[in-house]
Amino acid sequence: MIKKRFVSIWFTSLKADWFRVHFPKLAGTPFVLSAPRNGKLTVTACSQEAALLGAFEGMAPDDARSMIATLQVIEDKPDGWWQTLLQQIAHWCIRYSPAVATQPDGLLFDATGCAHLWNGEEQYLQTIKTKFNKLGYSVRLAMVGTIGAAWALSHFGPQNGCIIKSGEELAAILTLPPAALRLQPNVTDKMHQLGFYRIKDLIKISGSALRRRFGNELITRLAQALGSEDEIMEPVQAPVPYQERLAALEPLTTRTAIEIAIQKLLDTLCGRLSREQKGLRSVTLQCFRVDGIVISVQICTSRPSHNPQHLFSLFELKLETIEPGMGIEVFMLEAAPVEELTADQKKLWGGVNGLNSAALSELLDRIAVKTGEGHVHRYLPQEHYWPERSVKDTLSLQEERTTDWNQSEPWPLLLLLPEPVIVTAPVPDYPPMNFRYRGRLHKITKADGPIRIEQEWWITRGNHRDYYRVEDEQGQRYSLFRQGHYDPGKQNWFIHGFFA
Amino acid sequence: MFCPEKYNSSTNQTHVMLQTRKEIIKELRNEILFLQGGSHPIKDTAVNIELGPINAAFSDKSLPLGTIHEFLTSRPQTTAATGGFISAILSSIMPVNGAVLWIRQKPGVFPAGLASFGIDPDKIIFIYLRQPKQLLWCVEEALKSNALSAVVAELPGLDFNSSRRLQLAAANHSTTCFIQHPPVSTPTICGARWKITPLPSGHADDLPGVGFPRWNVELLKVRGGQTGVWQVEWDGKTLRNIAKQSFITAHEQKRAV
Repeated sequence: MIKKRFVSIWFTSLKADWFRVHFPKLAGTPFVLSAPRNGKLTVTACSQEAALLGAFEGMAPDDARSMIATLQVIEDKPDGWWQTLLQQIAHWCIRYSPAVATQPDGLLFDATGCAHLWNGEEQYLQTIKTKFNKLGYSVRLAMVGTIGAAWALSHFGPQNGCIIKSGEELAAILTLPPAALRLQPNVTDKMHQLGFYRIKDLIKISGSALRRRFGNELITRLAQALGSEDEIMEPVQAPVPYQERLAALEPLTTRTAIEIAIQKLLDTLCGRLSREQKGLRSVTLQCFRVDGIVISVQICTSRPSHNPQHLFSLFELKLETIEPGMGIEVFMLEAAPVEELTADQKKLWGGVNGLNSAALSELLDRIAVKTGEGHVHRYLPQEHYWPERSVKDTLSLQEERTTDWNQSEPWPLLLLLPEPVIVTAPVPDYPPMNFRYRGRLHKITKADGPIRIEQEWWITRGNHRDYYRVEDEQGQRYSLFRQGHYDPGKQNWFIHGFFA
Repeated sequence: MFCPEKYNSSTNQTHVMLQTRKEIIKELRNEILFLQGGSHPIKDTAVNIELGPINAAFSDKSLPLGTIHEFLTSRPQTTAATGGFISAILSSIMPVNGAVLWIRQKPGVFPAGLASFGIDPDKIIFIYLRQPKQLLWCVEEALKSNALSAVVAELPGLDFNSSRRLQLAAANHSTTCFIQHPPVSTPTICGARWKITPLPSGHADDLPGVGFPRWNVELLKVRGGQTGVWQVEWDGKTLRNIAKQSFITAHEQKRAV
């Protein structure tokens, strides 16, 4: 089993860095951020320059101003805003690892199996650190086998970051203060009073004694840091197991290059899917552009597929929507959901395979991709006499009908929305003599009926319908119905369809 | 091919000669058909299409498949009659597990109504597209897919170029296509052109009520065959000629008096 690797990133001064990056005028000047805390205006963050001159978190901004003449006091943003910023940074960091989680003051990567893509762990950490420093953020990193130890070492370990092999966490955290175990402030204060300045002081004491004095949390945190207890991280974006990425040496701008990239990605993805006897139902292509914009294109299939040619032909229909702009650096292909797809039994005879043929579902996929959703319909019978309810629209090609098509009455071939017609019906419950439809008088020569269809009271309330199948002088056959009972003073006749 | 020497042979050979002549004519017909643009003009189709009297009109006594059949429709009433006639054809060309695509602009065909023409409506996939361009694209893709027994399309219009494209797609992929469209002024390319109009129904025993659907079937154009007009009735299983059955319905009697 692969040993887990975690990277913890601590933004040592996220707030001040952000303000310096976004307001270049602040660079090199002492400034503090202030926000009301417990009904009192307090300093929530201070720039490096201000900290050197004596400002610290938690003091009143006026005190700081009296100490530093050139100090600028800036209103802090709400906490939720900073959390959103961290979330955004976490999303951006998915380029380094598929599983990225946020911590109160930093990020956590599950970097298992990621580092070799950057030629080793040292280069991996160095790349991340350099990238953040370039953007103007100071970070401290640690790469360890457990989440707890990674957090401890990023916050209390060496400044330049450190890499600890899995299994050597204990030795690495021995010299750190108890606060490195992510304990509540009252617990650390108590430890300080009792003279426990280092974790190594605690290790010697038996677990039961520690639990009695400092509570269960300490034991859990210690176990988590040493890897004897599992800790769960919640990635900002759940990693998709079927994912392929392709980084371009140079940003791609031409259609041919994009096509080749998509084909390469599809070949690898489909190869993996077919080995595992799986097929994808939907796949998203994400193109990371040089200017930071992400273009995503999604295609769906009506049944699981791992046919690269077919999937590529679907992407081909959507290629126009990919605007390369200044160029695309990274392509990412994510397949979700993925379903079981057992190999088709090939038929030796009979070319047409009906509804189950792959060619048909591929055709429907192409139609859906080209024209949008909701144009493809298939109908199955339902056990209702009410014509509108007697068929059900289904999307699936595999769904079998549960009942037979009702052939006890003749049904019209074309069904309209019921349209009012003016009829002459002198005899109750007899077919009408004639009817006027769209300005033309149709004289009825033959008629069948009535067939009374009751409104299903458990679905909706309303009148029954008396259906008549009538034929006019030209030989055209219509379906007419009367809503409710015969009433000479009321126009309650409708045309509902045409018979063949 | 044609050899004049054979005409000078003895009486014993006359029979053989006639046989050869028949064969020659058949071969020549095939050639003409090929020049007319059909790809598989005469092929041994396993399916026996129950078109009753109409079958005689075609060059090989059965409905040509793998080509475009145009149906001229103008009003919803004729659309329904045409739909019925097409469904009657579909019932014999749709194998047990075959699928059909029915492409039209908006919903309206009632699947339960198709069941009485001997087809399985749940084997039909309906596609509704508003834009004529998308409709044509869709019909062409469907013809090229090799996954369907037949394609039925109801188009708002058709021009020469698109009909040619569709005919080529149908011929190259041996897929039969039934296109309904209103009459257009421009010429179009097709294997056969039909016009179906409803006829008054009738019962043989002069019973009251509406009988089996009857249509006036006009074959306006057919490649390598004879055009004609038939009055047929769909009795639930086959198409029957009704022109010879001369009887007067009760209504007509009344009118005559």
